[in-house]
Amino acid sequence: MGDEIARLVTLAFGATVVLITILLIWNLWGTSAPSRHKFGLGFLWGTNWDPNANDFGALPFVYGTVMTSIMALVISVPLGVGAAIFLAELAPPGLSSGCTFLVELLAAVPSVIYGMLAIFTVVPLMREYIEPALKGAFGYLPQFQGPMLGVGYLTAAVVLAIMTFPYIIAISREALLEVPRDQREAALALGATRWETTFKVVVPYARLGILGSIFLGLARALGETMAITMVIGNDSTLHASWFAPGYTIAAVLANEFAEATGKVYTSALVELGLVLFLVTIVINALARLLVLATTRKGTAKVV
Amino acid sequence: MKTSIALAGILLAGTSIISAQAINGAGATFPYPIYGKWFEEFRQKNPSIEINYQSKGSGAGIAQLTEGTVDFGASDMPMKDEQIAALKVKALHFPTVLGGLVPTYNLPGLADLKFSSEMLAGIFLGKITKWNDAKIAKANPGIKLPATDIIVVHRSDGSGTTFVFTDYLSKISPEWKAGPGANTSIKWPTGVGQQGNEGVAGMVKQTPGAVGYVELIYALKNKMEYGSVQNAAGVYLKANLESVTAAAAGAANNMPADFRVSITNAPGKDAYPIASFTWLLIPSQIQDAQKRTALVSFLKWMLADGQKDCAALGYAPLPKEVVARELKQIAQIH
Repeated sequence: MGDEIARLVTLAFGATVVLITILLIWNLWGTSAPSRHKFGLGFLWGTNWDPNANDFGALPFVYGTVMTSIMALVISVPLGVGAAIFLAELAPPGLSSGCTFLVELLAAVPSVIYGMLAIFTVVPLMREYIEPALKGAFGYLPQFQGPMLGVGYLTAAVVLAIMTFPYIIAISREALLEVPRDQREAALALGATRWETTFKVVVPYARLGILGSIFLGLARALGETMAITMVIGNDSTLHASWFAPGYTIAAVLANEFAEATGKVYTSALVELGLVLFLVTIVINALARLLVLATTRKGTAKVV
Repeated sequence: MKTSIALAGILLAGTSIISAQAINGAGATFPYPIYGKWFEEFRQKNPSIEINYQSKGSGAGIAQLTEGTVDFGASDMPMKDEQIAALKVKALHFPTVLGGLVPTYNLPGLADLKFSSEMLAGIFLGKITKWNDAKIAKANPGIKLPATDIIVVHRSDGSGTTFVFTDYLSKISPEWKAGPGANTSIKWPTGVGQQGNEGVAGMVKQTPGAVGYVELIYALKNKMEYGSVQNAAGVYLKANLESVTAAAAGAANNMPADFRVSITNAPGKDAYPIASFTWLLIPSQIQDAQKRTALVSFLKWMLADGQKDCAALGYAPLPKEVVARELKQIAQIH
């Protein structure tokens, strides 16, 4: 009897997850109807966002969202995983626990605080030093041309990298610590150096956890709103240059939703929310595939 | 015994809260500081009337008034015809105070830059890209202008401030009118968007060569430098409470009966060109007699004593002509 009650109660809890997801999609789908009917699938690759002309397209925002998130991971993954390896494998215990405490603290800082750090520190640094240096070195590429404003895609990516960094360290470190001691000892006993043990045995063993940390970082990067809207420049025109101001889906929703007037405008913003939902699902699906692929590869090696 | 007295006291306090007339409104954030002060002062004079106001933005105010979830709305831009058509009960526009916008810029050592209308339009259209452009030099003879890039900073959040600024640009530049147009959010031809007055001001302050627009109140409170703007009569004026009120007086002669009027680029040599009313939107029919009396007496008080609070908070008061016409409009509330 007690088991049955527990089963039903937990089932109800579990069902709320499904219910919330269905409710969310149903709500977004319904509210975005005027925009979906007006623009059709073309909304996804439309590049114009003009509230006055009632013409809306999602591409500049999708591009900004995906682009800044990927650039952020390119910066934060090597740094984060490297730091996790150091903390889990090489650092003396006192240093390791001190750093871990700080990392967990950083992961809990509200994003608007990172936004302030970004405005007062990262933006001037980018404008005065990093962007001129990049322009000097790679100025022949279109990505590194144009005026250096300090705000834009690249700055947003750097800020996202700073924000995702603690997540990647904290979870990767946990995953590395989970690796059984005998795995390390076996490798050392076979004559592997400490370095070889770490990179050929420990890291491959913990790769699922490390990948998990990267996906969590990615999820945070895709949905990040406050800090990004403070540094990305909020410009709905597509630019090739990484120095130029851009926009993300979450940022435009935060900026324009409260004062949006008219059915089409409001529903276009809701449809952007739907697109962000889709982008998140697609990226998560790709991530799952990546996990599956690497797991198989790993198994094959063992065999 | 003591507790029962205390309990009775609490119960009595409870009933007095219930019997007080609660009136709810929502809308524009720009006039919120003075509305908050007005509603509080008015409640002290009339303890039976409590006016609650949520500053959620002009768009939200109009939406809530349309849905009928508030007793009155407030907006920084007059309602459009299609918004009025959606209303179940006709709403009256009551101008309450005036605000102005000022151009702020970052050019070290260059105080009091003059902004001609063709220069402002050119800069925000992205046609003028360097500070030593001939059009800027023409408006500022004798000043040595640097050859740096102009970086335009605008609001990224939908805002009545953006509406007023783009409405002004639409009046002085046919190209702006045909292109980006006037709205709370628009497609900007150039530049960087930042949130709120503080976002725009902060970005301008830390970026050499930047130029943006902020509310006069914000500039005054933060003791910011700002430029003068050429008005419709060709005179360069620095915004202050007098020149903003003069803009309303200049426009008063051609004001439509429903007060839905833009006073940007107003005539008169003393009129500051980038100014605007902000409005209370009051339903013309209020079923609840108590609420109706309360709102009417608030409006009368606001147009007389309330106006005296303006200067201290940095808002420009309404000119006499407008007050007189609004007092007549109050009679239309049934």
